Amino acid sequence: MPQANVVMHARRVTPTTSIIDIQGDISAFAEQELMRAYTEASAPTTRTIILNFTGLEYMNSSGIGLIVTLLIRINRQKQRMLAFGLSDHYQHIFELTRLNDAIKIYTSEAAALAAA
Amino acid sequence: MLYQDGGQPRPYPATIRNRTPVQGTGGAGPRPGIQKEIKTAMSTSPVPTNGQPDEQPRDAAFWSSYTTGLKVSNVPSGALNLNVEGKLVNGPLQGFGRMWQKTYSITLNGTSLTAKEVIKTWKERFPEFWPKGNRFFGPLTGIAPGEVALLNLTLTGGIKLSTGVLVLYADEESFTLMTPQGHIFAGWITFSALEENGSLVAQAQVLMRASDPIYELGFRLGMYKEEDKFWQHTLKSLASSFGIDVPVEMQAICVDPRMQWSHAKNVWHNAAMRTTIYTISTPLRWIRGRGRKRNQQ
Repeated sequence: MPQANVVMHARRVTPTTSIIDIQGDISAFAEQELMRAYTEASAPTTRTIILNFTGLEYMNSSGIGLIVTLLIRINRQKQRMLAFGLSDHYQHIFELTRLNDAIKIYTSEAAALAAA
Repeated sequence: MLYQDGGQPRPYPATIRNRTPVQGTGGAGPRPGIQKEIKTAMSTSPVPTNGQPDEQPRDAAFWSSYTTGLKVSNVPSGALNLNVEGKLVNGPLQGFGRMWQKTYSITLNGTSLTAKEVIKTWKERFPEFWPKGNRFFGPLTGIAPGEVALLNLTLTGGIKLSTGVLVLYADEESFTLMTPQGHIFAGWITFSALEENGSLVAQAQVLMRASDPIYELGFRLGMYKEEDKFWQHTLKSLASSFGIDVPVEMQAICVDPRMQWSHAKNVWHNAAMRTTIYTISTPLRWIRGRGRKRNQQ
């Protein structure tokens, strides 16, 4: 398996909220890194996972599929997913694939944290 | 909808809201492909053009621009254009039934083919690889982002189904088709090829939910098997086109076993029912048409 061109860092901001900072590309190769970051971000008290897309450089349709499967996994843990830092282009992709129906997108980390 | 401080929604930027469907460039952009993408790992700067940084992300040319209802620009001879015009596309989050991720793959050993060559052939000859009784009427310009193709399918029991797909994404090593309201399933199928450990793997990966309760029942009564056969046939045909006979491997993962009852109302758009009603009422339309002609004379 070719290596993933992405680095993800999980931050537990409060006992109930964690942020995953994404830097690089989201394609099929990012699956392991995304799931590792989610495991790191998720604690028994975690209720909200926020994805920080500020560092997103490239995403293909397999990458969107990964976000969908992560969303389902998060929802099944009775958690919810929020997002911020999406460029106009990636906001369009979320709209096109109708991910924005299920994931609230915020303009900044502060706005996402306020809603968490 | 975007949300800002205080939870107040604000509309998407005008650049997004005002987008209209456009024809994609079909991979004409600088997409480096998966292998090259890895070679340029961690390059954070956009590709410069004429010394100026390009504001568009590397993937920009490969995504469809649709955000509104689908439009069929050209109806090929012999195609039935039903249940597509004006429909929205539905992702797996908008479907009703259990969510599945199914992967059908073949390993093309002993060949000098590249991933790009496989995908080029797959795009160009896509309809030829389908099982008999099912027709894919692709756009004249080929499989490119934003294009809409018409599908005339035959389901279990001989039920005819007229629907379509949107080319959601297409680059040199993959392409993705997304389904509209009324299709059998809500979701997308990604066709890709990958050179891995000296082998070339081609695969079709479906991420989907049955669109409505009727389709979900149909899937449980045998349509899942039919769907498996469909994509197995497609992959075997792809391999045969290169003179290779290989078995098709299949992996099925139930991503979410729950029904989304809030989407049961999708049944209103059910393309199988609408196609059946259209077919049954054909004589009535014919009689009405003749009556109008007589009145005009």
